Amino acid sequence: MQDRSADGECAVPFTLDLRRSQDPRAPKFLLPSALRMSLTLLSSYPRKADRFDEMLAEDGGVRPSWQGFVAHLEAATTEQMRHRIDYARRRILENGVTYNVYADPKGADRPWELDPLPLILSADEWRQLASAVTQRARLLNAVLGDLYGSQRLLNDGSLPPALVFGHNNYLWPCQGIHPPGGTYLHLYAADLARSPDGQWWVIADRTQAPSGAGYALENRTIVGRVFPEQFRDLHVEHLASFFRDFQDSLASWAAPSSEAPLIVLLTPGPYNETYFEHAYLARYLGFPLVEGHDLTVRGARVFLRTLRGLRRVHAILRRLDDDYCDPLELRSDSALGIPGLLQAVRAGNVLVANALGSGLLESPALPGFLPGACEKLLGETLAMPSVATWWCGERAALEFTIEHLDRLVIKGSYPSQRFDPVFGNELSGGRREQMIERLMARPQAYVAQELVNFSQAPTWSRQHERRLLPRGVGLRVFVAATPSGHVVMPGGLTRVAGASNARVISMQRGGSSKDTWVLTEQAVNTFSLLKQSVGKADLVRGGCNLSSRVVENLYWFGRYSERCDKTSRLLRVALSRLVDGGADTLPALISAVDLAAELRLLPEVEARDADKKVTGGRVRPVADTRLPQATRVLAAICSDEWSAGLAGDIRRLLWVATQVRERFSLDNWHAINYLQRQVKRYGEAVADGAHPELSDALAFLDQVLLTSSSLAGFAMDNMTRDDGWRFLIIGRRIERLIFLAGAITGFLRLESTRASGSLEWLLELTDSIITYRSRYMTQPQLLPTLDLIVFDEGNPHSVAFQVQILVRYLDNQARLLGGPRDETLRLHLGRLHAFDLGRYEGQSFVECRGCDPCRDLAELLDAISTAAASLSDRLAMRYFSHVADVSRQTFAA
Amino acid sequence: MKHPAVRYHVLHETRYSYESPVSLSRQLLHLTPRECRWQHCLEHAISVSPEPSVVRERTDCFGNAVRELALEFPHDDLQVHAESTIDVFSRSTEGASSASGTGTHRCAADEPDTCLPVSPAWEAVRDALAYGARPVLLEASRFQFESPHVRVKREFARYARESFDAGRPLFEAVHSLMSRIHEEFSFDPEATTVATPVLEVLAERRGVCQDFAHLMLSCLRSLGLAARYVSGYLLTHPPPGQPRMVGADASHAWVSVYSPSDGEGNWVDFDPTNCLLPDVQHITLAWGRDFADVSPLRGVILGGDTHELEVAVTVTPLADAS
Repeated sequence: MQDRSADGECAVPFTLDLRRSQDPRAPKFLLPSALRMSLTLLSSYPRKADRFDEMLAEDGGVRPSWQGFVAHLEAATTEQMRHRIDYARRRILENGVTYNVYADPKGADRPWELDPLPLILSADEWRQLASAVTQRARLLNAVLGDLYGSQRLLNDGSLPPALVFGHNNYLWPCQGIHPPGGTYLHLYAADLARSPDGQWWVIADRTQAPSGAGYALENRTIVGRVFPEQFRDLHVEHLASFFRDFQDSLASWAAPSSEAPLIVLLTPGPYNETYFEHAYLARYLGFPLVEGHDLTVRGARVFLRTLRGLRRVHAILRRLDDDYCDPLELRSDSALGIPGLLQAVRAGNVLVANALGSGLLESPALPGFLPGACEKLLGETLAMPSVATWWCGERAALEFTIEHLDRLVIKGSYPSQRFDPVFGNELSGGRREQMIERLMARPQAYVAQELVNFSQAPTWSRQHERRLLPRGVGLRVFVAATPSGHVVMPGGLTRVAGASNARVISMQRGGSSKDTWVLTEQAVNTFSLLKQSVGKADLVRGGCNLSSRVVENLYWFGRYSERCDKTSRLLRVALSRLVDGGADTLPALISAVDLAAELRLLPEVEARDADKKVTGGRVRPVADTRLPQATRVLAAICSDEWSAGLAGDIRRLLWVATQVRERFSLDNWHAINYLQRQVKRYGEAVADGAHPELSDALAFLDQVLLTSSSLAGFAMDNMTRDDGWRFLIIGRRIERLIFLAGAITGFLRLESTRASGSLEWLLELTDSIITYRSRYMTQPQLLPTLDLIVFDEGNPHSVAFQVQILVRYLDNQARLLGGPRDETLRLHLGRLHAFDLGRYEGQSFVECRGCDPCRDLAELLDAISTAAASLSDRLAMRYFSHVADVSRQTFAA
Repeated sequence: MKHPAVRYHVLHETRYSYESPVSLSRQLLHLTPRECRWQHCLEHAISVSPEPSVVRERTDCFGNAVRELALEFPHDDLQVHAESTIDVFSRSTEGASSASGTGTHRCAADEPDTCLPVSPAWEAVRDALAYGARPVLLEASRFQFESPHVRVKREFARYARESFDAGRPLFEAVHSLMSRIHEEFSFDPEATTVATPVLEVLAERRGVCQDFAHLMLSCLRSLGLAARYVSGYLLTHPPPGQPRMVGADASHAWVSVYSPSDGEGNWVDFDPTNCLLPDVQHITLAWGRDFADVSPLRGVILGGDTHELEVAVTVTPLADAS
């Protein structure tokens, strides 16, 4: 039977008293500063009789667990606080903490919301809360064991079959599977809220793949640095040992094997709203982040596809919904899963955490039946009540729901309904009737819940200095199963209601979050996950657990970052000459624009016939006014419609970066984030004003180049030399070679480059002007310029340098990964060595009109550029061709 | 007196031809005839070409035999031959002719040719299946709710309602529903695919046996009743004087409806495609909630581009079993 302990005590939905808390006329008394702070902080902070206040006791005094922290807030100067708030906000931006991660600058990228003031809980209170949540984790685990095993709860009527057999997350093929240690819920989260009398209630259970533990960790890293002294002095419990226990228990339950277990984190990919957290946790726990098609089942074992072949996977921490995990036996329309996974699970060859089929328990209809199940399965009384729930599948509950609809919220029993909660008191006449009709037509699909009156906690105002605003809060608590019992994360994710929609606490609906401080009387366990003692047997080198997909993305990251650099450089050459605008820069501008057009970096001109000048079948841009040049160059920078432009390249760069974000250090990611913010800012500026300023565009290009050189620096200095790194560097070199060889070919072939000033920008473009000036005290001349940017193997910006270094890398690659050596570039290196620069002696470039040496060199460089492009295709064929393969379902009747 | 069994030889051939090689293929086979009260399998063999890397057998959660195959090497085609010899007994153990005598069967008023097992009023069955915090009819309740191809919606309840008059015995009402589906829907292999939603079948009024089974299941479950999907074969009679067409027959599907009448409960099969109660001309392969649970071959392949699929089922009656 359902638990109706809270029958009839439906709370009235609360609304926040915004008028009072946001009154702009703050009291201004001339008092000593500490006291004044106290007045503005606490005196303007409203307590409401119908809600529990986390900070203030019933008599208006500060609760003991908050006193130290409040005293500190009172003592802090406005300046200190502003500094701290800024720090927190900046960290979130720089770390790229988002709820909706889309690196696409046009995407719905939403920064994570964090209020810097923690929620503080005393050691006593925490003990009770932790023990109740632990009991619930044990209970839910036992319920899963029953439902996928003997089904006692169904047989004796303790649980309605409709909630199990009617639930789309009850995975029939998982019946009879016994997970290692009998553990289904390796990580469980409970959403808690506190009623006006101070009692904690369970609002919802997260049993499928609970999110939020990573955000809680990130909140801690930031808030711990915002209030470092308070964090230390108040004896706040640390979080790291919880994650170690979790890691250890996954390792101990992983499929038995003689090798160290390989544990991966399975993500649905960057489109998921909590992808940030997947990447963050993967990096923190040291698990490779994989997508479904990175894994394959052979025999009845799971393997990770790497460049060096298949590597056995012993455990999968999944963030993919369970019905998507195996298209062979579960949802047949899933392209995200691993065909055959269930066979491997059945054979005991891989641990999946949480167990497949555990999503079933998230149904809001279930809590009403838990008190009975707890007696039956554990022989215990349920320690913490759930929010009062009525499952309409029982006639009495349906009648109650219809009668009290005004005071209830209606939810769907099954996720497949995609039914958004309906608040009874918001339904007007006709819609109310419709709702009742729906309830009567299919009662078992609906659940009525009491409206919850959340407790309130202070948040730091964004509009006012030194102002605390009360907001509804809910607490997500995490429990990990270990072979020696359950452990609770001492802390958790505190979620804060958005002011506008205070009845629902949801990060998707404008809510915010807080760090959660659990105080302890004992010594704080200062264990850090990063200081774990590693034995000799645990030593790992060389990143052999990189999936081929990650390596491919790193390769393209290398190519796109170099492409952004080179495109920006050429556009800057043109733009800076436009800005300078003198008559003597004009010929150089024309030649630069010509080259950009030749390399297809500029959009085609929509030239009328009269403006066209056809040379050898090619449309040349018009050169007689400055305006069209400016428009074209600006369009190449910011136009989104035109995919070959810089904007498109940056978008692709950011996209591949998102795909492999767990591979980058935080500093590296800061640089990527910085670029993303610049793109966004510049994009908005361009969208506002019809005519972007040339100087703004120039400044933007400078920013892009700055970021790209940081990225290059990180790649050379900060990344481990594994397969991923080697491909990233090969990607950069190939891209640079394609560009350099192509650009110099174009330069030699275009007539307009014979004009004065062109050799200067060619040196500028190839980043070799300083070297040139230090070597030759003359105006740029063709022979020394070509020597420097084509033949000099000591110049990292020369063609020959790229070719010889690529030959070296590819030889190394063939040795490491097996396969034939690539001979094409070696041949071209020979041809470069054989080219006689003496042929240029005495030649004047200004007078050259397709001279022999120019023609021959252009031909050679053109061939090199083509060879580099086809080398890229060959690498993709050899190493990544299987990455894009997608499994398909087939049926035969 | 027990009727003699009819003995059949069944050959179920499936062939996939892929345009480009498939590098990895995993298949789940529901091709083994189920042992049941009215059916006994004498011989059964499944041969696969090319030889799979892995073959494993197990029983699924509905009690059907499943064969798991994996082919972990490039291949251009896949052939699966399932061959069985089966004895099928009449389900009406007393025989249809005794309908008027024993009282275990009754002829439907509107269909004097069809004799139905006795059943309680359909509302009584629905109420017995409803949850009431008492021991439940667990075996039936597995087949009472939505499943991937079966929806529980008011539209289906509304369509079914016409046959379910107040107090009407369950099986009479089900028979009437089956007759209406048979009359009002046209058999049209071009109209639907495996992925056609059952709501669309209801709206378009056309489909194949699978669609009619899903439709009938949706109607029955939307009324709160329990009904399962049965996959199997049907013997099609050749026209008089003509030889049996090899390969003309196909795999078939129908439904089975639950009534709590006799102690443990009673499942009665209905075939909406042919509007009859399956007997010795229906051979049962497997049952589940719907097609997805028991599709003869369900697979996932890597590569292959497009493929051609040929399926041939040949059901040959052998001499009556002694």
